[in-house]
Amino acid sequence: MSAIDPVTLAVIQNGLDQVCNEMDLAFVRSAFSPVISEGMDRSDGIYDAIDGALIAQGELGLPVFVGTMQFSARAVIDRVKTHYDGHVDPGDVFIVNDPYLGGTHLMDVRFVKPFFYRGRLFAWLANTGHWPDIGGMVPGGFSASATEVEQEGLRLPPIKFFKKGVMDREILAILMSNMRIADQRIGDIKAQAAALDTGEKRLTALIDRYGEDTVKTAIAELRERSARQMRAKIATIPDGVYEGASVVDSDGVVDQPLHIKMKITKAGERLTFDMTGSSPPCRGPMNSVIATTKSAIYLAIKHVFPDVPINAGTFEPLDIVEPEGTFLYARYPRPVSGCAAEVSQRIAESVFAALTKAIPDRLFAAPAGTSGNLGVGGFDPARGRHYIMYLFTGGGYGGSYEGDGLSNGCSTIGISKMPPVEVLEQYYPVLFEEFALAEGSGGAGEHRGGFGIRYAIRIRRGEARVSMVMDHGRVGPQGALGGRDGGVNTVMVEQGGKIYRPPHLSKDQDIEVGPGDVVRVTTPGGGGYGDPAKRSPALVERDLRRGYYTPEQVRALFGAHTLPKAAE
Amino acid sequence: MSTQPTTIVGIDVGGTFTDLLALDTASGAVSLAKVPTTSDNQAVGFVAAMNAAGLDARALQAIVHGTTTTTNALLERKVARVGLITTRGFRDVLELGRRTRPKSYGLTGSFEPLIPRELRIEVPERMDAEGGIVTALDEAAVRAAAKRLLDAGCEAVVIHFLHSYINPAHERRAEAIVRAAWPNEYVTAGHRVVSEYREFERGTTAAVNAAIQPVLDRYLGRLESELKSLGFGRDLLVMQGNGGTVSARAAAEAAAHTVMSGPASGVMAAAYTGRACGQPDLITYDMGGTSTDVGLIREGVPQVSSELDLEYGMPIHVPMVDVHTIGAGGGSIASVDPSGMLRVGPHSAGAAPGPICYGRGGERPTITDANLVLGRLNPDRLLAVDSPVSLDHVRARIAEEIGAKLGLAWDQAAAAILRIANDRMAGAIRLVSMARGHDPRDFALFAFGGAGPLHATALARELALPKVLVPARPGITNALGCVVADLRRDFVRTINKPLPILDAAEVRAALEAQIAEGEAMLAKDGVAVDRVERLHYADMLFQGQSHMLQVALPRIDVSVAELRTIFEAAYWRRFGVELPEIRAVLVNLHTAVIGKRPGIDLAALMRGEKAKDIAAARVATRDVWFERGGWIATPIYARDRLPLDLKLDGPAIIEQLDTTIVVEPGDRVGCDAIGNLVVEVAP
Repeated sequence: MSAIDPVTLAVIQNGLDQVCNEMDLAFVRSAFSPVISEGMDRSDGIYDAIDGALIAQGELGLPVFVGTMQFSARAVIDRVKTHYDGHVDPGDVFIVNDPYLGGTHLMDVRFVKPFFYRGRLFAWLANTGHWPDIGGMVPGGFSASATEVEQEGLRLPPIKFFKKGVMDREILAILMSNMRIADQRIGDIKAQAAALDTGEKRLTALIDRYGEDTVKTAIAELRERSARQMRAKIATIPDGVYEGASVVDSDGVVDQPLHIKMKITKAGERLTFDMTGSSPPCRGPMNSVIATTKSAIYLAIKHVFPDVPINAGTFEPLDIVEPEGTFLYARYPRPVSGCAAEVSQRIAESVFAALTKAIPDRLFAAPAGTSGNLGVGGFDPARGRHYIMYLFTGGGYGGSYEGDGLSNGCSTIGISKMPPVEVLEQYYPVLFEEFALAEGSGGAGEHRGGFGIRYAIRIRRGEARVSMVMDHGRVGPQGALGGRDGGVNTVMVEQGGKIYRPPHLSKDQDIEVGPGDVVRVTTPGGGGYGDPAKRSPALVERDLRRGYYTPEQVRALFGAHTLPKAAE
Repeated sequence: MSTQPTTIVGIDVGGTFTDLLALDTASGAVSLAKVPTTSDNQAVGFVAAMNAAGLDARALQAIVHGTTTTTNALLERKVARVGLITTRGFRDVLELGRRTRPKSYGLTGSFEPLIPRELRIEVPERMDAEGGIVTALDEAAVRAAAKRLLDAGCEAVVIHFLHSYINPAHERRAEAIVRAAWPNEYVTAGHRVVSEYREFERGTTAAVNAAIQPVLDRYLGRLESELKSLGFGRDLLVMQGNGGTVSARAAAEAAAHTVMSGPASGVMAAAYTGRACGQPDLITYDMGGTSTDVGLIREGVPQVSSELDLEYGMPIHVPMVDVHTIGAGGGSIASVDPSGMLRVGPHSAGAAPGPICYGRGGERPTITDANLVLGRLNPDRLLAVDSPVSLDHVRARIAEEIGAKLGLAWDQAAAAILRIANDRMAGAIRLVSMARGHDPRDFALFAFGGAGPLHATALARELALPKVLVPARPGITNALGCVVADLRRDFVRTINKPLPILDAAEVRAALEAQIAEGEAMLAKDGVAVDRVERLHYADMLFQGQSHMLQVALPRIDVSVAELRTIFEAAYWRRFGVELPEIRAVLVNLHTAVIGKRPGIDLAALMRGEKAKDIAAARVATRDVWFERGGWIATPIYARDRLPLDLKLDGPAIIEQLDTTIVVEPGDRVGCDAIGNLVVEVAP
């Protein structure tokens, strides 16, 4: 039994969460990068002073960062020991984006700041924001063909960007000289640092209120309780070994599928994740660094048990066998730009697939699971300027124990909104010919998958290059319990009257397009859940009325017996 | 009886009760009524309230009505069958949304758009982002679409074209074609409801408008004829979510504006009261049975925002008083979760089974139960609600459900419930104040609703607010909001230009056009107003950002340099960041045209026979538990009897018909000239 009373504990928990939520809100509302402000591709948290373990992280942060930021905080702590004699000052802020030091891809830039209370280091505050560009061979950083990390952009080890509260203008100058569209980055840098200032003020007020010792005791106790709650959840899973798998279309360079093999062992109150047998490291940028691999497993579990609060204790009952020798444990100089956006989602999918066998009544078939990243970079002659348009698109979610899947849901690892078509057309010389639901893409099942989308972008002015990092072009998101797979991702470019299809299906780079050319994309639908033949005829009738499927598709996928008389 | 009627009636229909406040502006006479809400047809409860107050419909000058008809219709999906005519290639915008999911974690759940796919028809037409025509409107296709939708049984129709906010020509032409074929008035063109970019939000707002238009129109029609048969022949005004009113005949046209009018009227009453008593900076705190609403009033003006999500997948982007709602009310259930943490809400016992003490079968402890066993609520009043439940039973249930699991005695457990509940509510207040750059210490807490004054002093201390105001009639604050509300029309126009290329003359012309349109609409309403006021705001951002910051404009002929200064100051206050490197952009211009109705004297609300001194107003002594001091034998006062010049030190409980006010040890209570209790909160 702890020394802290249960009411104070709950109040401090709320207080810590609110500190993080306020940092998240301040960051997102003042950011310039649309990936942060609209995409909410950022996260803020509080980390342990000694080992960087997660103390609290905002629920509004991007899920993929749920586990990785504690590894970045740890990397900064280690760096302080080796390079700064273990010394930091109030107002110092480290900047780091090195994927191999607890990172994701280079575009995710962390600020890590020591938090002092009454002159003593109490914790670390950190945030991550996805910068729209960090240099490298492709605008935006999502290269489909990089073969070493240097091609992907500027790599920053943990360095002191702010020293005692003052920004180092020389570091800033180096950053600015290595990024595209650099002029707005100063806005993001100030927003990202100011969010940590907000956290500093709020956390100080919280400790003032409850006392240093009480807050420390509460943090330890909360960690223990999250672990206890997670153990209780795990205990409800039957003991056993459950296997799942998933496939990445290719690494973008070698046209071969990459396989993830996931073996989950449940024993007592612990889960062990073993990815032995997955494909070896790849030449292209679909390698995953270990921090991201672990984080993908954490976020998959959090999706299955969403009500367990996030702190280091949440993950304590999860054992991950480090997947040495596979593409899920990338080491320098393997290229990694696809790891956070795509590979992480395949890892999560393999976890869902395995757990579907263990606790089908609490799961769902595979979601679309791709960020659907499309980049169009070119020159707009009417405005006399270069532009880079990014699009992150959604797809269908899997059918679940509850019902049909959501259509056009965001990526498994994200919570980002897509910019409105009206905004994209204001900024870029493009015209959307359609933005529609992809009929037939929802995987058939007693509870069918949600639908992906179908869109077509026509270039109106100037020359441009199109790049994309997507997935599920080879096989659709997996069905569960007899449900069928969702529809696959397709890309087609009308290029000077000819049709071009990327050889790697979902990944390509620098496709040249000009005025009148059209890029057509269909995103994946979600997997079906349960035997399609058992789908309620009333729902089938409704799906037909809405034009979700044709009568032929219904006959083939759900069975003729589900067709209403009129449609036969 | 004078020939000119002088009585104004405010009627607010809430989820449980219909409240009425009538004020004779000549004599100062006040009548009040509270009757059960009749959900199926709110007009029945409406008339019942008028009867209960003994009002003669013939002698009324105006009736101002706050209604939940449209909000309920949306939440229960009891709405009209609506069709959509839209740009080719875009009929699924309403169903696809913005690529989100209901919750950050967990991959289940979905939403159904208000207009099903088979009733969404595309026609050839296209504008580009500059408002240029890419594809001409196919008028024959519009005609055919309208016919198809009518044949499919649609009662209302939405016309929603891409980029209509910048060039509405196609939408207007299609609207004219559809109106010629449509058998009723239920035709909504998107740009008329919201003239801002974002196709999902604008289209959904238009769909909301169309779906509730027939519902509201029928309801108001029934009500008007009912009132007419009673002899009422003057103005029936309807409360809007922006805190203003419009005539009933205009209300259905812009039905989307009536959503959330209930919370808005409470905030308007607070603003009016605050201005009248010289306390223009307020945080409003309305705690009811299932939820708590908080809002912020700065310099007497409530904050207005246009970004409400009524539920997942249902954004309504029309100007509304900015109220933050959390699921914590008297009926919120307390429980201990599997990790041993005490939680209060979000589940509510509602009206049935209700708190344990109601005796309707509720067995799970709620905030109301905790207030009761701690002596804050009067057991004689509450326990009589339905079948009797003993105080011991409530204590025992709290001890079992909470105390035993946390190792606390029943009273400590009840106190813990209150502390957790207060902590959540304090969090909501921090979000509307501190997180937006305001210091809560500059504000007074305006507490109303049945449960607000029970928690207000504890909350104020938690947040370091120096003062709590409890109005004369906290339980009918929304009805008061109806009585004092002005006529109001809001307009938004997208400009979207960086300041260096902005012409101040363009700003002025846009604002003048909004003023002219608003004044014309007020004139059409035909309601007597004292004078017309205008408020102007600008949504601004730094180039490259997507979140806007709204700033108030001092005049319509504001210079571009002033715009920059105003925006930079607001930005510094909100984010603590200066950005001289980056250009500022003016995105939208807003104008509110307000027809000020004659003011009323709030002092009329303090009625009743006053005791000659405090001692004579004391009705009982009860043991009450306080966080500072534990159990204390505490004097109980009847508010109606308290003398107007009172000075009272806590601890004390002040009871009145519609609420109970807790005064903590160390707090001091006085009364101002218009009957507000003013509690100076001990730090």
